Amino acid sequence: MTAVETDIQTLQLGKAIGAALHDALEADDKVFLMGEDIGQLGGVFRVTDGLQATFGPQRVIDSPLAESAIIGTAIGMAYRGYRPVVEIQFDGFIYPGFDQIVAQVAKLHYRTKGRVRMPLVIRVPYGGDIGSVEHHSESPESYFAHTAGLRVVTAATPQEAYSTLRAAIASDDPVLFFEPKSRYWSKGEVDRTIVRDLDTATVLVPGRDVTLATYGPVVQTALQAAEAAADEGIEIEVIDLRSISPLDVDTVVASVERTGRLVVAHEAPKEASVSSELVASVVERAFASLQAAPERVTAYDTPYPPSAFEESYLPSVDRILDAVDRALGRRHSRSATGSMAMQGGTR
Amino acid sequence: MSLIENRPLTVPAPNPALAAGLDEPLSVLHPDGSRHANELLDPHLGDVDEHALTDLYVDLSILRRIDAEAFALTRQGELLLWPPAQGQEAAQIGSGRALRDTDFVFGSYREHGLAYLRGVDQGEAMRVWKGVQQSGWDPMEHHLATPQIIIGAQSLHATGYAMGARMDGSDDVAVAYFGDGATSEGDVNEAMVFASAFQAPVIFVCQNNQYAISEPVAVQSGFPLALRPTGFGIPALRVDGNDVLAVLAATRIAVERARSGGGPTFIEAMTYRMGPHTSTDDPKRYRSEDEVASWREKDPIVRLERHLEQTGAPIARIREEAKIRCDAVAKELRAAVTAVSVPDHRTLFSNVYTTPTKRLERQLAEHDAFVASIEAAPGGHGDHA
Repeated sequence: MTAVETDIQTLQLGKAIGAALHDALEADDKVFLMGEDIGQLGGVFRVTDGLQATFGPQRVIDSPLAESAIIGTAIGMAYRGYRPVVEIQFDGFIYPGFDQIVAQVAKLHYRTKGRVRMPLVIRVPYGGDIGSVEHHSESPESYFAHTAGLRVVTAATPQEAYSTLRAAIASDDPVLFFEPKSRYWSKGEVDRTIVRDLDTATVLVPGRDVTLATYGPVVQTALQAAEAAADEGIEIEVIDLRSISPLDVDTVVASVERTGRLVVAHEAPKEASVSSELVASVVERAFASLQAAPERVTAYDTPYPPSAFEESYLPSVDRILDAVDRALGRRHSRSATGSMAMQGGTR
Repeated sequence: MSLIENRPLTVPAPNPALAAGLDEPLSVLHPDGSRHANELLDPHLGDVDEHALTDLYVDLSILRRIDAEAFALTRQGELLLWPPAQGQEAAQIGSGRALRDTDFVFGSYREHGLAYLRGVDQGEAMRVWKGVQQSGWDPMEHHLATPQIIIGAQSLHATGYAMGARMDGSDDVAVAYFGDGATSEGDVNEAMVFASAFQAPVIFVCQNNQYAISEPVAVQSGFPLALRPTGFGIPALRVDGNDVLAVLAATRIAVERARSGGGPTFIEAMTYRMGPHTSTDDPKRYRSEDEVASWREKDPIVRLERHLEQTGAPIARIREEAKIRCDAVAKELRAAVTAVSVPDHRTLFSNVYTTPTKRLERQLAEHDAFVASIEAAPGGHGDHA
């Protein structure tokens, strides 16, 4: 990769993130990357592959293994005028950096009445379905969405990943960029001239019967569910929320005003989650439009289980369809799975 | 400049030889004011003449007066809270006077001396303690970060700033101020890891004031705190923190090392918090009056005053000059604090993000509508019937 290529390329999602980092490093010499194993190795997922060779070890920095320090020193760099893009190697490794993120990064702009800006991007490979051991498959986004001052975004396709990350790096607000690691190898077309906003959801598939809002790795699952439902003549409107904070409630409300029904899906557990907030906000603003109680398809409120349980734990096409059926008042599929469950089966 | 070119090839073991002053803190002034030789510090005090000593004396006196005035204002209900710096004046002024304006200081919440030295308007600074603002100055204008309440968190910010200065090829340095309790925090230890690994031009000034609220320093460590950085390969200077000249010299050594590419230094300034942790604390519950009295004997301002007197300086005139300056600062501070008005509550929504989000605009509108409905209600503020 040399100059920014305007031609449309087919890239894996992980490579699209690498392309965004490359282009950002090239465009602004105040941008630098820091994280564990991101240099010589190119990251444990090879997302930063080749960047240290291109931009040098002073701009693609292998850091000591200390998450709080990765975030905290990035804050100091931002004070100095840099635009740090740091990587937390896995979702479950972010907690040692929690204080620096929620008490420092999030609040410095507010505390200083806008005099100190924190243009940090914190990249977090997140989510499950990769058959890994514990602390490697979590969805901690709600902790950060709950904190004022942070932007929290995700991406579901290579194009979204490229365009969102470029926008995140260009933003003067701190951004947590949650990368759906189970989709790192999914391919799609990427136009490297497109930079998106960090505030809006997007309607991926229009439909008249049910609104299905989701984000990150579950977008692909939702699209598959919409296809399956279409075979039965049910139109699901699929919305990729993209931004978790701020949450684009307007787009979801506008959809629910048309469909009257809402299903929200994500990999994170249910309690005090993005779906909690979205359902509450839609009920506040579109109560009269709702023809059925909103449904949620999420992970269960357990710790992330051993990977052998992932099939039951994570939202699946079938669980989404089941929720769609409930929202529509269709009883057959629920009773079918219900009777199976009574007999000890899951599918 | 590359961040990694000067990385040590081997990780040094904990090494008492890297620390100076472990047996007896480095000093040049006895508590009685007499000067004694110190071969490490003396070469860095060659320019300290009577004029410089007088300036230091005035600085120390003004800081003590700011502190006393602010504490009094808490008792009069004008300030919510105040964390006194009394006793630590030499540690703050001595170190702060070794810096230049472009060096960046990251302090905790007790470094009133640094705010004073950096030209912060004291009335503005008090807005934090009045509860109307969270930062009493523009950090970028004064090269002084906003007060940090999370213990030790700022040590990482200083280290990152220093890494950035080094990447810029600049000889600016960053300084982190924290206390003895902070040395137990992960952030301070991680800061030393990064500072050492990247040879960052950062100075860690640990004001060991003997207490973390009620916990004596022995709870944090059974050996001198200055030994800790040596385990990270960071040289340490343990100084008498109530000897303003010793602190000035030690910080000059550290600054010179940082500016010239020599990496980080840790300074442990042995001092004492004469007052409570904050205006709501009761130190009688955890320390004896005898202990406090023993430290009163080592008072940093009295020590410098005695030294000036012994060197033949016109102490009466100097004292008078300091008093005039202190009175002026105190008067201005008090006037500024009492003049602070309640801020417009609509501004509580400002600056959460660099541009307001729809959600916050909606909540501001809800707030406005609620206020308007209260004012319009019978008996409300807007009801003039």
